[in-house]
Amino acid sequence: MNTPLIVPAIALDQATKRYGIAKAGIATILESITTQVQRREFVSIIGPSGCGKSTLLKIVAGLSPITSGSIAIHGMTPQKARELISFIFQDATLLPWRTVRQNVVLGLELDGMARETRNAKVDTVLSLVGLSHVADSFPRQLSGGMKMRVSIARALATRPQILLLDEPFAALDEMTRDRINEELLRLREEQNWTALFVTHSVAEAVFLSTRILILAPNPGRIAHDLPIELPFPRTESTRRSSAFDRTVSEVSRALRSVSINSESKGDGQEIGVYPA
Amino acid sequence: MRKLSVTLLSAFSIFVGLLLLWQSVIWIFSLPPYLLPSPARVAHAIVTRLPSLMTSLGLTAAAAAGGLLAALLVGVAIALLFAQSPWIRRMFYPYTILLQTVPIVAIAPMILLWIGPGLSAVTLIAFIICLAPIVANTTQGLISVDRNMVDLFLMHNASRSQVLLKLRLPHAMPSIFTGIRIASGIAVIGAITGELFAGSSRVGVGGIGYAIQYASAQLETDYLFALVLAATLLGFVFFFAVMFLDWYFLHHWHESARVVDQE
Ligand SMILES: Nc1ncnc2c1ncn2[C@@H]1O[C@H](COP(=O)(O)OP(=O)(O)OP(=O)(O)O)[C@@H](O)[C@H]1O
Ligand SMILES: [Mg+2]
Repeated sequence: MNTPLIVPAIALDQATKRYGIAKAGIATILESITTQVQRREFVSIIGPSGCGKSTLLKIVAGLSPITSGSIAIHGMTPQKARELISFIFQDATLLPWRTVRQNVVLGLELDGMARETRNAKVDTVLSLVGLSHVADSFPRQLSGGMKMRVSIARALATRPQILLLDEPFAALDEMTRDRINEELLRLREEQNWTALFVTHSVAEAVFLSTRILILAPNPGRIAHDLPIELPFPRTESTRRSSAFDRTVSEVSRALRSVSINSESKGDGQEIGVYPA
Repeated sequence: MRKLSVTLLSAFSIFVGLLLLWQSVIWIFSLPPYLLPSPARVAHAIVTRLPSLMTSLGLTAAAAAGGLLAALLVGVAIALLFAQSPWIRRMFYPYTILLQTVPIVAIAPMILLWIGPGLSAVTLIAFIICLAPIVANTTQGLISVDRNMVDLFLMHNASRSQVLLKLRLPHAMPSIFTGIRIASGIAVIGAITGELFAGSSRVGVGGIGYAIQYASAQLETDYLFALVLAATLLGFVFFFAVMFLDWYFLHHWHESARVVDQE
């Protein structure tokens, strides 16, 4: 087997995740996940609630080991690759006792970077997300959208190669969410990261992604792997195009087929098919 | 600010009203001073016996504050241990509840037996009574950290002590203050209860609890009233001191500490 010149950002081969011990019963959360994410790809993961999306991100982050199979992040083990990765969670997970600036600096501080260097980096990244004017505010003084942007700034401050986003914008109103989506793509133009993005919104996934993975539940597995061919740069007008609508309904149909199969197994879940 | 002066004014008028009511009860039922001394008599007792009153107040305050402070240090240390694992909690937590349910009146004589009467015995009693709420609240605060926050720290290979100092302890601050607030109320009560048993190492000098016992034995009802007033005042001072510290340390980021600076 010859290794390709550029190793993929994320390579999963037959990755399987189980919980529990033999006697008490074993739950298979993810079964034989095999896929590769190339550098600078933006891959969204959608699927019914409980199908293992968050678990998959935690595996990639090295926060949760796989039971069998293999995983490589830039050719390394997830634990070794941690410093290449930033994680963005659903609620902004800001430390309320720290100001915006102090929150954004957290990662650099934990990495042991010298004070002057990290302060300069924080200033840069704050202006990148348009938050310089609230640098010294506390999180409770900010709106939900602003908090999320602080969270993005914190993630980008460490110059990651890979961004993992677990339903980051689920709690935002639609207008704010759309705006942040556009901002995220703009940041992607300027920077070099690969994204693995979990969402319940098909429209959001279509707008952001170069590829969408649809997971089927019980056990979690990849049911569809759909490339999204819409041209970049994507803007507000992309959302109004007929190609966008068509893609959204295709993806929705694929998602529904997966969900209907699982609903007959009796676990309820909500599938977000947001109108474009 | 205007709201504050209105509050103070109404509180003051209620105070004056109560004094008048008090005085009229004495007049109407013509009560003898040893049953109910007049406000003037109590005021007189306060003025003439100010030095001994202040000595008692100081001793009780020292025991209550010392007990509270020691309970804070020991309590947070115990909570840090409890936060390490659910195993430790399951094994030792019942004992902190025991600490809370043991009647202080019942163990006071034992403490008296072991370390003799005086300030240290009273401080120990205040300490015991303050410990449980601080341990319980601090532990709760330390372990209730959001899982995602911990993951965030782990992503940066943060050490256990970094997670503790930069995440768990600051997160627990509001809970620690809740513990202190509860403890500060019972610290004064604990000290006075302790003094009823172990209040003095020298005859004639002791904290408020000791002086209360002495005054009631001598039927010095006017001084007894003065002591009760002093004890109440001390409780008030403790309560507001803790309220202020709570506000001072937490108001810029924590909602619960902000009640004070809302208009
Ligand atoms: N530590 C654990 N031990 C046992 N089971 C777990 C553990 N963590 C997650 N699970 C199970 O794994 C399954 C997948 O969970 P996961 O959080 O990955 O789903 P999800 O797709 O992110 O769901 P949602 O859309 O609701 O966020 C769930 O059934 C959950 O109960
Ligand atoms: Mg999830």
